[in-house]
Amino acid sequence: MNAVVPGMERKDKGARSLPLGLTAELTYRCPLACPYCSNPADLAQRTGEMTTEEWISVIDQAADMGILHFHFTGGEPATRRDLPELVAAARGRDLYTNLITSGVGLTRERVKGLADAGLDHLQLSVQGVDAASADAVGGYKGGFERKMAVAGWVTEEGLPLTVNAVMHRHNLDRLEETITLALSLGARRMEVATVQFHGWAERNRDALMPTRAQVDAATATVRAARERLKGRLVIDYVPGDYYATVPKACMGGWGLKTLTITPEGLALPCHAAQSLPHLSFQSVREVPLRDIWLEGPAFQAYRGQEWMREPCTTCAHRERDFGGCRCQALALAGDAAEADPACSRSPHHGAMVALAGAASTSGVTEWRYRPAVGKS
Amino acid sequence: MSETSTTGGPSTRDRPRLPRGVRTRFDDTRGTWMLLAPERTLKLDAVGAAILAEVDGEKDVDQVIDALAIQFKAPRDQIARDVMAFLGALGDRRMLEMDPPADDPPGERVAEGTGVGP
Repeated sequence: MNAVVPGMERKDKGARSLPLGLTAELTYRCPLACPYCSNPADLAQRTGEMTTEEWISVIDQAADMGILHFHFTGGEPATRRDLPELVAAARGRDLYTNLITSGVGLTRERVKGLADAGLDHLQLSVQGVDAASADAVGGYKGGFERKMAVAGWVTEEGLPLTVNAVMHRHNLDRLEETITLALSLGARRMEVATVQFHGWAERNRDALMPTRAQVDAATATVRAARERLKGRLVIDYVPGDYYATVPKACMGGWGLKTLTITPEGLALPCHAAQSLPHLSFQSVREVPLRDIWLEGPAFQAYRGQEWMREPCTTCAHRERDFGGCRCQALALAGDAAEADPACSRSPHHGAMVALAGAASTSGVTEWRYRPAVGKS
Repeated sequence: MSETSTTGGPSTRDRPRLPRGVRTRFDDTRGTWMLLAPERTLKLDAVGAAILAEVDGEKDVDQVIDALAIQFKAPRDQIARDVMAFLGALGDRRMLEMDPPADDPPGERVAEGTGVGP
């Protein structure tokens, strides 16, 4: 929302507002093995998913503290048999319920069950525009075919569909076809997300990093498609920021609008926050959600501006981009309180651009898949 | 009076409605009406909330404007401008669908969910 339209208020900038959205990672289990998975890199050590009752407590606490959007994700959330029950509980508290899914594991009956439970919206990931390329990324034969079927079941139910496409060096040249695919599946909305190099993607940086020319072409393609498809398909775009000059406003501000709960109940300011090893995270199994949000040390760590250093401290953009991504600052500038090196004012910016350029022309075509996680 | 857009856009005889997955609710925490849609939260001011209170899938745009002109005791032109701008902005964001007038012959109805205007 940028333009001022009668009837819609401008966004206000509360310093310590309560969150609008909660992302519930129900499980790390997933049939796919995407090499850019945003789940933590130490998956093998993870155990102890929260129970149905524990998640319903999270839903109640979220509703009580004014959260409006509740996103079910994972891993693959459909691997949880209690998914319809959790959707119904969230909808029962008037939360807007969103399912972020690979589609694998859904059947026509399960989609209908979710719609009947009050699901508001479904977001389906696609890894490519045909079975061969898509299944090679997901590491799961038959995945593409199932996704196409799931999209049909979703629109049959009348549910709004978003197609979510993670883009990287091996599929960016087919962005136009990907947009066409989303339209043909009946999507009202699409997310074009250039891969973010955290977690598994960081390990596969050489294989996945797009070239500068690809990123520039993608930006132009999205701009043209948005104009052409106005009123038909809404496109949200996460550009590749390795070649950017201004950083992204990560999470819309740390501890400002949203939070994530992991399968075992840890509350995170950002889904990738566990890549910041100096932070400790509280569990909703031990501390009320509201207290974690308002006072938890991980949420306080980079909230507001007190933690900032130059060049952020005196930069006019700090109100808008919040200094960028903390995880990227740690990974590439060596300290999470530094400016995101995506910013041209960061002393590490040149090194980041050089690293991206080298990775994008590395010629590496093999990636490491994310390993499967056993049922806990 | 009914107006028809020269660009092939919606006519004021079309009947606006919120599609599935787009809904309003009062937000007790923030003391305001909100419009919830996929990955979007729009805070509604008094005008937006009043417009959407009239959008029921039955009234056409003209009837929505009439109802608001009476409710706000305001010039119809002014109300019409606000309503058209607001509904147009929601349509661009795919948060609003327009059904053709109820008395249109069957067969000219545009299939739900295609997003293509009549």
